Amino acid sequence: MKPKAILIDTKDNVATAFQDLKAGDNVTVSLEGTDVSTTLAQDIPFGHKFALTDIALHEPVVKYGEAIGLAIEAIKAGQHVHIHNMESQKGRGDK
Amino acid sequence: MEFMGYRRKTGKVGIRNHVLVFPTVVCSSEEARMISEKVPGTVYAIHGAGCGHVGEDKEQVIRTMVGICGHGNVASVLLVENGCEVITPEVLMPYLDEMGQAYAVVSVQEDGGTPGCVEKGIGIARKMVDEANKLQKEPIPLSELILGCECGGSDAFSGLTANPALGIAADKLIAEGGTAIFSETTEMLGCENVLARRALDEQVAKDIYDAIANAEKTAMSGGVDIRGTQPSPGNIEGGLSSIEEKSLGCIRKGGNTTITQVVKYAEHPTRKGCVIMDATAADVMNNTGLLASGCHLIVFTTGRGTPVGANIAPVIKVSTNSVLYNKMKPNIDVNAGVIVDGEGTLESVGQEIFDKVIAVANGELSKAEALGHREFDIHFRMII
Repeated sequence: MKPKAILIDTKDNVATAFQDLKAGDNVTVSLEGTDVSTTLAQDIPFGHKFALTDIALHEPVVKYGEAIGLAIEAIKAGQHVHIHNMESQKGRGDK
Repeated sequence: MEFMGYRRKTGKVGIRNHVLVFPTVVCSSEEARMISEKVPGTVYAIHGAGCGHVGEDKEQVIRTMVGICGHGNVASVLLVENGCEVITPEVLMPYLDEMGQAYAVVSVQEDGGTPGCVEKGIGIARKMVDEANKLQKEPIPLSELILGCECGGSDAFSGLTANPALGIAADKLIAEGGTAIFSETTEMLGCENVLARRALDEQVAKDIYDAIANAEKTAMSGGVDIRGTQPSPGNIEGGLSSIEEKSLGCIRKGGNTTITQVVKYAEHPTRKGCVIMDATAADVMNNTGLLASGCHLIVFTTGRGTPVGANIAPVIKVSTNSVLYNKMKPNIDVNAGVIVDGEGTLESVGQEIFDKVIAVANGELSKAEALGHREFDIHFRMII
């Protein structure tokens, strides 16, 4: 079966959609024998990220096992994670 | 683990046994091609370097030529000079003598113009091939293998499938005591802290910060603010939320182990493990730099599809998605798109890439090699 999303590092708190996903979809990602499941709160387009766990305000968003930015609001598991609720620690091109 | 390769008098090891016909300047490139095409068992280079270089550029071109001509995959080299270039064979010979590399020289200006130079060159190259064919392969520990990690023609899957899978393969080689070099400094922007944290010591951390700051400054001197424009609006639309995320998708191809050294373009690392080569992101120039730094072979991930190979070494192609794989099957060695299709995982594709590296090191031809791709290009900034 085609996986709906991918988890790249076991330390990550987000996964990335491999296809356009719908709110309410139950998504399971697997890595090194561990499964993580979440129910999507929003539609997630291909290539976009969603939270696998709750991420508190100012907590790091982790992908590739590293902080790719900080949450600028509290993010719930299953929510879309993008520039509306996280921010680079290195500045951003369109700001 | 071991592979079957060649042990050279220079102390280097090789996974191929090429006789290289190498022009010292663009002006004698055609003579090099004419010689090589008449002598099976040789490879040649065509490049635009060799004359008009000054300062650091000149040093870099010399370092690259010496690295390529003295490479472990090269049994011997026939230098083809025009005769009046800045980097004549006389400039390269002391380096080749010091390392013990076998070479000979022919000259367009001194050997009777094009026909005389080509005829003399063919005779010498034939003898060189006969000599090279006497060499026998022997078992060599994997700890002596150096892998180049490259990506080009990237797409939205690159950072999700092929690059992390290649990183897993690089980690496996390093676990065997081997070396993996990754490069493309401009694609490390925003990851300074991440990379510095992986540095062996404070000096390596400083070298990482300096290399990335320099790449940014160089772009700025050309009137381009690379940090201020990243990620691009198209990247953001595609789901990338920060420059850290974009850069991590690139650098993950070099794996996740301790970074032991930062080397210049075409500079040989003195340490094993995960090494950064501070250099351009232009694919063919970068491949040439990686080979001149001692890489025996390159794994090259691609999302849009690029056919490039290299003249003295195998290039293994990994597709990031199955659409590309199905369109360009004759060019692709490993398809990381199976991760998207549910027919493989990062771990299984990482293993497949590692196994392919070993098979190709043992002599199996990569697709680019079998198709005759022999791209070569030396990076320099300007000609005076």
